[in-house]
Amino acid sequence: MCVGVPMQVISIDGDQAMTEVDGVKREASLMLLGDEVAVGDFVIVHAGFAISKLDEEDARETLAMMREVFTPESMG
Amino acid sequence: MNYSDQFRDKDLVTGLARRIRTLTSGLDKPLTFMEVCGTHTMAIYQFGLRSLLPPQVRLISGPGCPVCVTPNGYLDRAIALCRLPDVIVATFGDMLRVPGSSSSLMEERAKGAEIKIVYSPLDAVQIAVKHPGKRVIFLGVGFETTAPTIAGSILAAQKLGLTNYFVLASHKTMPEPMGILSADPELSVDGYLCPAHVSAIIGADAYRFLCEEYQVPCVVTGFEPTDVLQGVEMLVRQRLAGESKVEIQYSRVVSWEGNAKAQAILAQVFTPFDADWRGIGMLPGSGLKIAEPYAAYDAELAIPVAVEPLKEHRGCQCGEILKGKVAPYDCPLFGTSCTPESPVGACMVSSEGTCAAAYKYGR
Repeated sequence: MCVGVPMQVISIDGDQAMTEVDGVKREASLMLLGDEVAVGDFVIVHAGFAISKLDEEDARETLAMMREVFTPESMG
Repeated sequence: MNYSDQFRDKDLVTGLARRIRTLTSGLDKPLTFMEVCGTHTMAIYQFGLRSLLPPQVRLISGPGCPVCVTPNGYLDRAIALCRLPDVIVATFGDMLRVPGSSSSLMEERAKGAEIKIVYSPLDAVQIAVKHPGKRVIFLGVGFETTAPTIAGSILAAQKLGLTNYFVLASHKTMPEPMGILSADPELSVDGYLCPAHVSAIIGADAYRFLCEEYQVPCVVTGFEPTDVLQGVEMLVRQRLAGESKVEIQYSRVVSWEGNAKAQAILAQVFTPFDADWRGIGMLPGSGLKIAEPYAAYDAELAIPVAVEPLKEHRGCQCGEILKGKVAPYDCPLFGTSCTPESPVGACMVSSEGTCAAAYKYGR
């Protein structure tokens, strides 16, 4: 029930957005987020609503930091 | 870019697990961490994360599956409502097979009740639009992640001027049971993996009282394998340093203050009440019911119905499992008279339930 999925906003029409991940499209209400969302943003979609934005820069930094420490070479 | 796959990278997962092993190698007493979210429970079983952790780290599941903590009395009322004429019950799929005192929604549907599974509460509003002669009742179950979506559906129904849309609300809030579990001397939780998307709504500040009153470290953790292991590592580091503070591992989504707009909608449509939790009992202020100005949408008030007397299932250990005191394998019914095909308790029904995850993915 609580499975929220990160999806990218591909269009916005008023309070409704069309979102997509891996070719799967899904409508999401923007009622809980409002004006701060723009086309191209990643949002967490839960039960038909965008509940939070996903900070892409933060995601990239987390991955880069982990990759730096845990590359196959560095693990010996 | 797909933000799920990248956080499942095998090298990163094994690297994190190795670091946790190194960090904990000197410990003579294991650390017990509780995940308080059904999606964490599922991820831990699905990706076999327990098998990557050293014996010094024990993961236990808490009351994080919303379907599982919903008491029988709620289901009995939903079942009574679905038997009324001109009623359509709309629900998320995982409520369908949960046994009430003597029936389930699935059985009622087989007998002719109109029960529709929806993905979003807004789909239920659309059913009400299409069937003006029917009363559409949505089963509002879920924590702070789902509650705003149901509040949103009530506001949408109001905007459309609908008088045939109702919600049977049994929402619960997460911090209260965490406080109760922290105070339980039998349990001694060494740290919490705090829920990811509940925290996106309520904000990480909501857990501060656990650190201050009970000195339990809290890390708001994402749902991917690298997230969970990084969350565990952060809890281990706090324990080794003798600290207890709130940290956010899942910083790509969760902030300290949470989603202000969702919080405002929750406060507008719902009001706190003393909710009953399966296995835990009544907890003051731990639930959300429909606030007085929206009473016309409250199925419990607007559609009175006689509900059968409560009957609990004998031998079922769901209550103790939800508190993390009993593991699924220790329940005498697990895998024998209680299976996903024929569940006795709610923990075996919902895909997020601890027993269902243990049955599907093994230890």
